[in-house]
Amino acid sequence: MSIVLVGISHHKAPVELRERAALDSKHAGELARTLAGDNGEAVCLSTCNRTELYLADESADAAEEKAEAALLALESDLGPALYRLRGDAAALHLFRVAAGLDSMIPGEGEILGQVRAAHDGGATGPLLDRLFRQAMQAGRKARTQTAIGESPASVSSAAAALAEQVFGDLRDRSILVIGAGKTGELAIRNLVSRGASIAFVANRTGERAEELTERFGGEALPLARIEDELARADVVLSSTSAPGWVLTREQVERTLPARKGRPLFLIDLAVPRDLEPTIHELDGCYLYDIDDLEAVVAESLAGRRREAERAETIVAEEADRFRAWQASLEVVPAITSLRARAEQIRDAELRRAKLNDAERRAAESVTAAVLNKLLHLPTIRMKQAAAAADGVIYADAVRHLFGLEDER
Amino acid sequence: MAELLFWPALLAYSEAAVAYLNDARHPGTGGRLATWGVRIGWLVQTALLGVQAARADGFPWSTWAGSLNLFVWLVVGAYLIWGCQPRYRLLGLAVLPLAVALFLLARIGGGTGVGDRSHYPNVFLVLHVGLVLAAFAGFTLAAALSALYLWQERRLKRRESSILRLHAPALARLDAVAARTIAFALPALTLGIAVGVVRLREHGGGLDALMAVTIVTWTVYGAYLALRHLAGWRGRRSAYLVLAGFVLVAVVRLALPVTHFAT
Repeated sequence: MSIVLVGISHHKAPVELRERAALDSKHAGELARTLAGDNGEAVCLSTCNRTELYLADESADAAEEKAEAALLALESDLGPALYRLRGDAAALHLFRVAAGLDSMIPGEGEILGQVRAAHDGGATGPLLDRLFRQAMQAGRKARTQTAIGESPASVSSAAAALAEQVFGDLRDRSILVIGAGKTGELAIRNLVSRGASIAFVANRTGERAEELTERFGGEALPLARIEDELARADVVLSSTSAPGWVLTREQVERTLPARKGRPLFLIDLAVPRDLEPTIHELDGCYLYDIDDLEAVVAESLAGRRREAERAETIVAEEADRFRAWQASLEVVPAITSLRARAEQIRDAELRRAKLNDAERRAAESVTAAVLNKLLHLPTIRMKQAAAAADGVIYADAVRHLFGLEDER
Repeated sequence: MAELLFWPALLAYSEAAVAYLNDARHPGTGGRLATWGVRIGWLVQTALLGVQAARADGFPWSTWAGSLNLFVWLVVGAYLIWGCQPRYRLLGLAVLPLAVALFLLARIGGGTGVGDRSHYPNVFLVLHVGLVLAAFAGFTLAAALSALYLWQERRLKRRESSILRLHAPALARLDAVAARTIAFALPALTLGIAVGVVRLREHGGGLDALMAVTIVTWTVYGAYLALRHLAGWRGRRSAYLVLAGFVLVAVVRLALPVTHFAT
């Protein structure tokens, strides 16, 4: 059985092409089962960045043709963007995908779940099942043994991660949102997903503020009341299109005594900026604007790329282990035949001997031990030879030496 | 036996200190090794203290060096409460090298062997020395937490782009844990001082420099807690106050005890 991969990804295919080849999990599973047929194995991995078909078949050429035809049936213009990999290269590719090493953002966390979903929905047999399980293990190892997926990869997640640097757990932390436009929404989602809650939404128009509070909770406020409620907020998130300062240093300074030393984290996503920069100089106040957050993200992505080098080593080791396992499959039939032949001879000889029950039990035990000891080393050596790509030669030699050709 | 246990304990603490350094430079590489080094070192030192207690004729840590040995054990023990959490590994970077240095100093001073019997009664020594040292261990840990707070706060104020690369505990958490540690340590110091004062009254004797500085230390940490609860002191100012108190602890612990133990 050979493993074949045919697919498209963000490396070669623009989003206009990828979106036409993207499949939801139900359709991906259906396609995999169709491609697998009765005896084959197939898995379809479809995400926003890639659609890949993994097939295990006796004929690699036939499998590749089948997979290519299936992808071209989804979108006929895919041809130039298609890539085709076989055997070890296909396995290594999946391991890198699962570890997030082939993603747009190195180490992104969603891909591991998507690989798992593809495996669960696919038509797997012994080969692809093992391949996908080991790929997921490689992905988990890369994430736990390196810091590839730890740092934030977007401005909104960086803002939330910085808030955690100040407060730790964001549960029970209140957010004052200034401006109810789309810009701040991602940051709100990130903060809320980490446990923070929206206390107030201040906006020029009450209607939009009400709309936001309906979705995320909190109370709508006019901009003029920001200062009144500032003392109760832990995080201020501002993203208005106002031309001047929406919140000044003096306003924040006046609320400090009421805060009783509680820190205040301010996120300014607006351009032009909403929050007076000198607020950052106040004791216990930490103000980050869009440039500061982008610098954090850039550094974090650079860190992920550095960690990716370490993750590549882990992934390569896992791919080697898979290759060794796959190679050992080549010699398994020869080993099984050899053991069966030996058992057959032992059984025949024991039948021929005239022994009482006690003697037979003793003879069975001794001969079984001799047989196991005798075959142990050849078994190990054949598996080692298989891992070193000489498995077929050794298997043929064993079949020839012991007359196992008929059992092939 | 006690002497034999010193080396593995020192080795484990040293390994932990090096592993913490390595973990700070390349996050994720030495964290577990460091944590296990601290745990093993502390257990071996516990055994060492046990052997000292079993073989000594009386309270074995009444000398300056002996008390330093006990002090190291208390500091590392207090650190172990949080130090096993990955985010607090940076704290180990400050605590473990200090522990190694003080442990070596205790050894050089003869504090890790079986010492002479003190002329003070055992109950008094256990209460007085034990409580004061436990309090000082708490203050040392609080100082390390406050130093970490100031370092992390400085990074946030400078808007260092690499701030998320090295995981540090959150500011609010550092502030709260330091305060909680002091809230436990101060009553211990109060009781330790009280035991000393009672004995001083019963047996006579004057106020020495160490006692005076210890009382000033008590005042500083008392003021810290009072300001925190009454005036809402948090953050940078509080951290500086804790460090100021720790300077006094260091003076009491390292510079002055020779006179106090001599009396």
